[in-house]
Amino acid sequence: MQPFTRHTGKALPFDRVDVDTDQMVPKQFLKSQTKEGYGRILFYDWRYLPGEEPNPEFILNEPRYQGASILLTRRNFGCGSSREHAAWAVADYGFRAVIGPSFADIFFKNCAMNGILAITLPEDQVDELFRRAQATPGYQLDVDLPNQTIRDNEGLELKFEIDDFRKQALLKGLDEIGLTLEHDTEISSYERAHHPEPAQQSPVDFSYPVAS
Amino acid sequence: MPPRTLYDKIWDHHVVTEEPGKPCLLYIDRHYIHEGTSPQAFAGLKSAGRRVRRPDLTFAVMDHSVSTRNRDLPVLDADARGQFEALARNCRETGVRLFDMHSRNQGIVHIIGPELGLTQPGFTIVCGDSHTSTNGAFGSLAFGIGTSAVEHVLATQCLREYRSKPMRIEVTGKRQRGVTAKDVILAIIGKIGISAGVGHVLEYTGSVIRGLSMEGRMTVCNMSIEAGARAGMVAPDETTFAYMEGRPFVPRGKDFHVAVDFWKSLATDPGALYAKSVELDGDKIAPQVTWGTNPGMVTDVTGHVPSPDSFADPGARQAVGSALEYMDLKPGTAITDIPVDYVFIGSCTNSRIEDLRAASKIIAGKHVAPTVKLALAVPGSRVVKTQAESEGLDKIFRDAGFEWRDAGCSMCIGMNDDVLPSGMRCASTSNRNFEGRQGKGGRTHLVSPITAAAAAIAGHFVDVRQMGVELE
Repeated sequence: MQPFTRHTGKALPFDRVDVDTDQMVPKQFLKSQTKEGYGRILFYDWRYLPGEEPNPEFILNEPRYQGASILLTRRNFGCGSSREHAAWAVADYGFRAVIGPSFADIFFKNCAMNGILAITLPEDQVDELFRRAQATPGYQLDVDLPNQTIRDNEGLELKFEIDDFRKQALLKGLDEIGLTLEHDTEISSYERAHHPEPAQQSPVDFSYPVAS
Repeated sequence: MPPRTLYDKIWDHHVVTEEPGKPCLLYIDRHYIHEGTSPQAFAGLKSAGRRVRRPDLTFAVMDHSVSTRNRDLPVLDADARGQFEALARNCRETGVRLFDMHSRNQGIVHIIGPELGLTQPGFTIVCGDSHTSTNGAFGSLAFGIGTSAVEHVLATQCLREYRSKPMRIEVTGKRQRGVTAKDVILAIIGKIGISAGVGHVLEYTGSVIRGLSMEGRMTVCNMSIEAGARAGMVAPDETTFAYMEGRPFVPRGKDFHVAVDFWKSLATDPGALYAKSVELDGDKIAPQVTWGTNPGMVTDVTGHVPSPDSFADPGARQAVGSALEYMDLKPGTAITDIPVDYVFIGSCTNSRIEDLRAASKIIAGKHVAPTVKLALAVPGSRVVKTQAESEGLDKIFRDAGFEWRDAGCSMCIGMNDDVLPSGMRCASTSNRNFEGRQGKGGRTHLVSPITAAAAAIAGHFVDVRQMGVELE
């Protein structure tokens, strides 16, 4: 996982509540077997006109927001489907941090697993970031994870909360599976107590040949 | 020990390690996987040189992209075929049991888990699919996870999770005739909103919930995620035990009674604390129809499409405005004046035998309106399909002008060729009315199976209570 320590970049204010992951990566793009290349897909149906022409009215296509790497969102961002493709698309597009008043639980976790720093701030602070990003072309934010601060060039400084486990994982780009496997002894001991044998066999039909 | 909720009990039972300031390591009893969200997880596992820790606790099925027509034909969609082949290969290499598209036990993952008795009270159950919450109907802790978490569970049979906050949803009184479990959950989401459950696990209680069958409870728990909660649950009771007994993976004989005794101990203790509690009067719940682009945008079938101006919050006003534009609806339109072009009865929300029986009663001896372009009935599993056919339901559906299909996710997500065309309006028993969910430009109205069936016959939404059909 790509570590996150400190990032300075252009902010894109995505002014819509309850954005669901179906919008971020529509279903026709869920049949791939890789985690790569979803940046082009992000917000596909809103972003493109027929023939994959960029929709000039959609914010990701506005010249002033090109190269944005910090996504400002409204409440309940990433609701709906658990598809991690949404987080892959956010990361692959180039967003390193997502800042909003609230995120859907699964999307929030998917961000953490992909080196994206999702930051929850009080609604009035997010409103202020939206105002500034909308007012100032090229508006930049500096997100500092070790110090848990967000700063702009206009003197704004905000503190944010993050639990220490996620913070360390992001800072070091840690592989969560590797960390868990360090607890193999505890897992094995739980298993001995609760799942000592393979799950019960059953008379259901498993006889069909498996396609190769 | 202080009184605990159902959620607390299951959580506590599954904690492998707990350290202050860190998420718990939680043991997972059942891991369901499907072709759509597992290939990258297996690839990650393989590239790290890791093995599947407990293939015996992992169960795979093909459901998202399977054809609901003829499965003996080659899969023409190369990407979908690639995912099917990858799942089959991954299961073969790791020893995971697969219900492939030809198995007689195939079906939507959240339908077959309970049907096979894989889902049991007190279990922790995860799947790379947000509607895993369905399984909570049995008094299990069941929730959807992303693909990285799928890989984590494959490798460790555990997840790193913070404890959620238990939230009680109590539905009191008595459900009225013509009001189904689907209407109950839509009314709940309409009341609390689509983000009220964030950070919470819902426990549904009250006389209306107790009065629901397991099928109905699954419908309710299924849509917990649409209220923002990863999981929803109902404490197991006699209805649960009766459903469980005799299912393929459920303990038998003496072991069953031992299991029932344990299951009985799971119910929330008197006096246990919930982080939040919400109460709904079940007597006042009417058949529901969504009019917007998320499941919280819902009203009574006797209601009207609201005006964006009636919402105080600017975010909501904007969302409602763009929803009405997408849905091509004008404020003030009576719900019963909205015509439908397509009808879809299916999905992990409403494709169980009870749903098909109820819908068939509405359409028996009638015919789909000539203005309806396609009416689909898609059983949730092949076991449901076989059962329905043995009861002659397929004939009722076909005679009424429905297409009777094979089991799968179908037009709930449109990953196969069951896609709602752009501009078409669909009465759907599925769970999400998001923009483009059933097909780009398609317009979805979420309803119960009987309301969908009634709309198919009338060509527009109708109040099933006014149809002169005997309703439960």
